[in-house]
Amino acid sequence: MNAQAWFRWRKVKNRVMALLTLLCVLLAVLPLVMIFSYTLAQGIGALNLDFFLHMPKPVGEAGGGMANALVGTLILIGLGSLVGLPVGVLAGIYLAEYGNNPFASTVRFLADVLSGVPSIVVGVVAYTLVVIPMKSFSALAGGVALGILMIPTITRTTEEMIRLVPASYREAGLALGVPHWKTVVRIVLPVAGRGIMTGVVLGIARAAGETAPLLFTALGNRFWSTSLDEPIASLTVFVYDYAKSPFDDWIRQAWAAALVLILLVVVLNVIFRFVTRGTYGDQ
Amino acid sequence: METSKVVRGVSLQAPAVGGEPAVSGTGSGKADGAKIVARNINAYFGKTQALRNVSLSIPENRVTAIIGPSGCGKSTFLRCLNRMHEVAHGTMTGEILLDGKNVLAYDPVLLRRRVGMVFQKPNPFPTMSVFGNAAAGLHLNGLRNKAMVRETVEKSLRAAALWDEVKDSLEKSGTSLSGGQQQRLCIARAIAVDPEVLLMDEPASALDPIATAKIEELIYELKKKYTIVIVTHNMQQAARVSDGTAFFYMGELIEYGRTKDIFTTPEKKQTEEYITGRFG
Repeated sequence: MNAQAWFRWRKVKNRVMALLTLLCVLLAVLPLVMIFSYTLAQGIGALNLDFFLHMPKPVGEAGGGMANALVGTLILIGLGSLVGLPVGVLAGIYLAEYGNNPFASTVRFLADVLSGVPSIVVGVVAYTLVVIPMKSFSALAGGVALGILMIPTITRTTEEMIRLVPASYREAGLALGVPHWKTVVRIVLPVAGRGIMTGVVLGIARAAGETAPLLFTALGNRFWSTSLDEPIASLTVFVYDYAKSPFDDWIRQAWAAALVLILLVVVLNVIFRFVTRGTYGDQ
Repeated sequence: METSKVVRGVSLQAPAVGGEPAVSGTGSGKADGAKIVARNINAYFGKTQALRNVSLSIPENRVTAIIGPSGCGKSTFLRCLNRMHEVAHGTMTGEILLDGKNVLAYDPVLLRRRVGMVFQKPNPFPTMSVFGNAAAGLHLNGLRNKAMVRETVEKSLRAAALWDEVKDSLEKSGTSLSGGQQQRLCIARAIAVDPEVLLMDEPASALDPIATAKIEELIYELKKKYTIVIVTHNMQQAARVSDGTAFFYMGELIEYGRTKDIFTTPEKKQTEEYITGRFG
């Protein structure tokens, strides 16, 4: 093969590989686009102001909404974050800053295992820890289950993001006579901030979309309730109940609820990005 | 400690610089004019020995340069002085006295407020403004008085010869400055907490010649107030800015004396070969 033909062949190979990667990107995005567009098409019809402001109507009556489930999901996410955020972030800091020992390696391994545990198993744990002692299904139990689900994602992302912060910042802080913990909190964490927030949003989004661990912890509730020691409604359980019902009206509402759930995650994502944007943009 | 190391190690007296009397390296406590006295320092990273029986005393308000080829232990020695060596999980034997008191007896946090450090690569905190960087040490050490912080920041930025260039952009990101400005910002940050000693680890090696010249001028100014120890790869730089020079090789202190003498009439053959560029 002469030099020119060789060069042409290289250009062809280059183009083929570039196309292949583009194809895979499209394949990866395709399910997301399909899910979102189908949910949008099916759910938008049943979506109106009543849906956000009204309570579910009894079978047979048209209309009604799921105000209780929307509020319930927000409460559950809030409770879950209250459990998962501090534990996850602080554990991540420990692993990154003090994690040079066998104990930390074990924790790291267990966190990876925990992130692979089926969510229904986590539900059983919360059932045993909270529901049985309290002798009642409750929002609290659901929050604990969701919090446990958030912990591994948040812990591992926090650790990875802190490790990515160049050692020179940590050393600069220490060399200024700033104590280690303060160096971590005031210098290292802000630098890692956006990355950690990505992990937090992922963890929260995952928890927001869980149904299984809520089935026998928060249970679900057709009535308005915001008390933490009583069963509470949630969008996911609502979708589960309504989607398997035989009533067309309910099935439409299940689609609408699914759409609201997706939008909720998007909105949470945007809010977190807005709140944690650095003063000086991406660094 | 093995005796062979003791024999191999050289213990030298501090150079009599600027007409001051020589400092006894073996005297007790704070000797005349010596800010830091290091005795028989052996430093390790795990099993690897980075410093072998180094004894050196550093005079007050002078610039002491440490030169030597890569891996000779000069940065390790510098980092022993403010106990940053242990941050990198290194260990050390021997003693280092700051004003006659063993550095191990200080709380490392308090020690580092007295012995500041400037690093090889400019490392302003990316989440802070120019002002925030210069004020970082004050804020993080709990100073809340705004007027006092402003005053100290301006003083430090002036001392680092940066004030005129940044006084109208104090709220801009610290990382938006040029490399040379960033390094001067780091110097301002270090001197804002009012240290007595300033350790500089190749402070100009990432900078262009003009920025380097500015840093060197600055060092000359700063020695009026601070005791400066500077590690450098650049022998012309050592010759230009320092009063005393120590030559390290393979973890040992080979020769230490007045910069003038080291660069004109070195006593050891290795020193001569290194400064004339025949090896290293």
